[in-house]
Amino acid sequence: MAAITIEGVSKRFGAAMALEQLDLTVADGEFVALLGPSGCGKTTLLRIIAGLETRSSGRVLIGDRDVSDLPPAQRGLAMVFQNYAVFPHLTVFENVAFGLRMQKRDEATIDRQVKRAADLLQIGPYLDRYPAKLSGGQRQRVAVARALAVEPAVLLMDEPLSNLDALLRLEMRAELKSVLKEAGTTTLYVTHDQTEAMGLADRIAVMHKGVIEQIDEPTRIYSKPSSLFVGGFVGSPPMNFLNLVASGGSLACDGFSMPLTHQGPVLLGFRGEDVALVEASRGVGFEVKVIEPMGSHLLLTGVVNGERIRVVAPPQADIARGMTIGLQLDAARVVVMDTQTGKAL
Amino acid sequence: MTKPAGSSFKGWLYGSGVAVLCVWVLLPIGLIGLGAFGGRPAVYQWPKTLMPASLSLDQLAVFLKIDGVWNAALNSVLAASMTMVMALLLGAPAGYALARFSFRGATMFRLMILLTRAFPLAILALPLTVLFIRAGLYDTAFGVSLVHTALALPFAAMITASLFAGIPRELEEAAWVFGCTRWQAFVKVVLPLALPGMAAAAIFAFVISWNEVFAASVLTVQQRTLTAYLLTVLSESPLHYRFAGGFILIVPSVVFIFAVRRYLFALWGVTSR
Ligand SMILES: Nc1ncnc2c1ncn2[C@@H]1O[C@H](COP(=O)(O)OP(=O)(O)OP(=O)(O)O)[C@@H](O)[C@H]1O
Ligand SMILES: [Mg+2]
Repeated sequence: MAAITIEGVSKRFGAAMALEQLDLTVADGEFVALLGPSGCGKTTLLRIIAGLETRSSGRVLIGDRDVSDLPPAQRGLAMVFQNYAVFPHLTVFENVAFGLRMQKRDEATIDRQVKRAADLLQIGPYLDRYPAKLSGGQRQRVAVARALAVEPAVLLMDEPLSNLDALLRLEMRAELKSVLKEAGTTTLYVTHDQTEAMGLADRIAVMHKGVIEQIDEPTRIYSKPSSLFVGGFVGSPPMNFLNLVASGGSLACDGFSMPLTHQGPVLLGFRGEDVALVEASRGVGFEVKVIEPMGSHLLLTGVVNGERIRVVAPPQADIARGMTIGLQLDAARVVVMDTQTGKAL
Repeated sequence: MTKPAGSSFKGWLYGSGVAVLCVWVLLPIGLIGLGAFGGRPAVYQWPKTLMPASLSLDQLAVFLKIDGVWNAALNSVLAASMTMVMALLLGAPAGYALARFSFRGATMFRLMILLTRAFPLAILALPLTVLFIRAGLYDTAFGVSLVHTALALPFAAMITASLFAGIPRELEEAAWVFGCTRWQAFVKVVLPLALPGMAAAAIFAFVISWNEVFAASVLTVQQRTLTAYLLTVLSESPLHYRFAGGFILIVPSVVFIFAVRRYLFALWGVTSR
């Protein structure tokens, strides 16, 4: 019905490539989070889908309609802008009602939907105010409410909760998820907050330098990254990588071996919480340099063969600075990457 | 005001500069006011006093009874109003284009707009007169307003350009996304936000036309504007009536410009708070 399909979209700003032959499909009713470092092209992609930016090549489809050359108004979507773009000359109520008024809905409907969106985002008390008299976070919620009020089939959100305090963000996140699921809204959601992406999304698309590196379910993005970049970008602490050499049909190091047809230097990636801490003689030797108590666990930073590695230990573990302990890897929970290309093997 | 410490000379220079400018502008206005309200004695009195010995509205009243003053004033208002409307209708789209689109030669266009002001009107006077006579525009307020529009247009375009540039593009884009066409977004979002500034630009165009005397004198005979009329009539009047006439000409301009000064500062890139 209202899936978003992006086919080979490129965007060039002068000589710089902001998007490069990008393909992406968001299924009808699906929630996809776009995750990526600053400047990787997330906003540009959203703006091209909305029709606010011209594309250099490619097509954009909503449902089975090619909207590539339609003006924004005819694409039938709503958007939350990164910088809110709340109308300063309209009250909060009129801001939220803007899209509905453009659709010529009757007063009763407008009133009902505005109230509903306002309640959801807890801006009910400010409906009569002008945006100049709101805080940044309140303004941001007005922008979200304005988009939700039209009950769009397709919703594009550019960091819609970035300016809220941690508690409110957690609350809004849950509300958004239930509302959007209930309405079956196809959502593309840009965020810098990984936990937000993990918690909200059906699938996460990790973007890097104008291309989508990997798009997958949150747990797979986390545990089975398809590239060095995704492993290093997602998760806190990021994935660890050991430089090893594969030969003779297997990849082996102290206390660990797995079959591998690839020959030559590879990177062995593993998550800090996926290793068992054992005696030094039974695993990969890990020299502890820094111990950070995080409450629920200890974060250990140390070196293996001169490479910096971070692992997680139970809070009560008897570990001291300078100790060497063994790390036992689990072949089911590692990824192997080609050293040259940085892609998973 | 922050006073830079240890550079009292700079402060002194700044202060005296301001003082000189104030005297430059205010002294003539003050003298005209003195002559307009003080009558003959105030005009010829020496040394001048701050207030005239006797205040009276006589010369203003007499002045307003001169034959044709009201007709000339009406012509002025007509020409200025038409100038205002035309300058804005033509200037605002140019300003919008300058503010929103990057097109080849945009900088050049901006420069050319201002350069039209450097073109001396005197050179145009004769061909314009001939043209206007042929076109039947000679000696009409509309004809005058056409020339005045040409004079006011650069300012209208530049003021509105800076106005539109100050309105975030995202606001318009949001309007588009929520169902507006370009025109609807302009009317619903840009225009309300630009309105105070547009009013200022309009008033500025009005004042330019109201004050202009050369083109108005050349292009009219019967239907003179106030400035052109006063120039001919008052050249034979006693000095204090001239002052009264001058005063009546100055007051609207000063009041209007004072009312819109904030937007004119914005035009020159000075922010006033
Ligand atoms: N109008 C423009 N002109 C030139 N370059 C642009 C323009 N807009 C964006 N870019 C460039 O395109 C790249 C992608 O920008 P974009 O705004 O999409 O990044 P982003 O992923 O949204 O970043 P952030 O997370 O910081 O918002 C950046 O390198 C940026 O400098
Ligand atoms: Mg962005």
